[in-house]
Amino acid sequence: MSVIELTIIILIGSYFAGLLGSLTGLGGGFIIIPLLTLLLHVDIHYAIGASLISVIATSSGSAAAYVKEGITNMRLGMFLEIATTAGAMTGAMLAIYTSTHYIAILFGLILISSALMSLRKKTGQITKHKSYLAEKLKLNSSYPTADGEVEYGVNNVAGGFFMMLFAGVISGLLGIGSGALKVLAMDSIMRIPFKVSTTTSNFMIGVTAAASAVVYLQRGYIDPGLSMPVVIGVLLGAMSGSKILVNSTSSKWIRVVFSVVVSVLAIQMIYNGIMGKI
Amino acid sequence: MNKLKDTDIQSAIGWVLRTGVFLSIGIVLFGGIVYLYRHGNEIADYHTFKGVPDFVRTGANILHGILTFRGRAVIQGGIVLLIATPIIRVLFSAVGFILEKDYLYTSITILVLLIIFISMLSGHAG
Repeated sequence: MSVIELTIIILIGSYFAGLLGSLTGLGGGFIIIPLLTLLLHVDIHYAIGASLISVIATSSGSAAAYVKEGITNMRLGMFLEIATTAGAMTGAMLAIYTSTHYIAILFGLILISSALMSLRKKTGQITKHKSYLAEKLKLNSSYPTADGEVEYGVNNVAGGFFMMLFAGVISGLLGIGSGALKVLAMDSIMRIPFKVSTTTSNFMIGVTAAASAVVYLQRGYIDPGLSMPVVIGVLLGAMSGSKILVNSTSSKWIRVVFSVVVSVLAIQMIYNGIMGKI
Repeated sequence: MNKLKDTDIQSAIGWVLRTGVFLSIGIVLFGGIVYLYRHGNEIADYHTFKGVPDFVRTGANILHGILTFRGRAVIQGGIVLLIATPIIRVLFSAVGFILEKDYLYTSITILVLLIIFISMLSGHAG
């Protein structure tokens, strides 16, 4: 395949990856890596590098918008970034010693579990309970809603911190944002309102990805010819996705369709990993 | 906690992120056009991992590549700027916390920067 043909195919594929990733909140990396490896037979190292760059672009782009609205809890994000960046560094180091078969299998497993998690019901939980550690770290805050400012408390700081460490390792090892794991840590473990969890998670994804990208850049994973259409496509797709989200509220069926697509891709990744084709 | 100052930092951070993303994507797009114009008809080969060519790997080489106007070096320059964007955001948060005299969060922010720096050095050794 010529360079121009490959670039156009990747550009179109990445656009849809970014669109679906933004509509479901899972991020573009989940489709980019199977698209590049399974369909276009790109080596998984290059795929991880390109995906990581697109993750930084979409996270930073949308974080800019959310920060302005004042929903993001910046102190919480900053504190948990200690865990995610340390994890991401570890993940990028582990990647040298991990065979690509295992990376493909692990990718498939994380893919399926994230898709299932995205189907969960979102409750507008608010906890008034304030744990000692959260008080000390000034993590309790408030966020704007339709009924004015609502105060919330943060629970189980240590548990959330360890979950973030794991999310960071996965992000560094697989080249994804692992937003689903970050939301799980804040939503289910730390009992933070869903809207705050998602925006704060998104805020942290860019720094987490940057911490492993500095390693991959030097190891030659990040190929400019390949990353260029991926990052442009995913960013444009994510921008269209956020416009659609504003205009429609019922995105239930999109999530179901996406989960099916993702599960098929995940099984393919696991199969190819076991057969040693990746 | 002073919400007003927090809002100032928030808008500064929003600006850093937006500017970083748009600037770097613009550079990537420009470099991409140059690259496709020159190499578009060559055969693409990403099937086996060889690592990227030397002229787009280290900082000095990328800079040299940009000065000699090589498309892929320009793209890589844009990508480096994109990776730097969230790190610059963390730097801005540090300044914000210092202005607020919040020393706990100033230290937390510096710790995050330190981790990223160590990560950078570990990649150099690997």
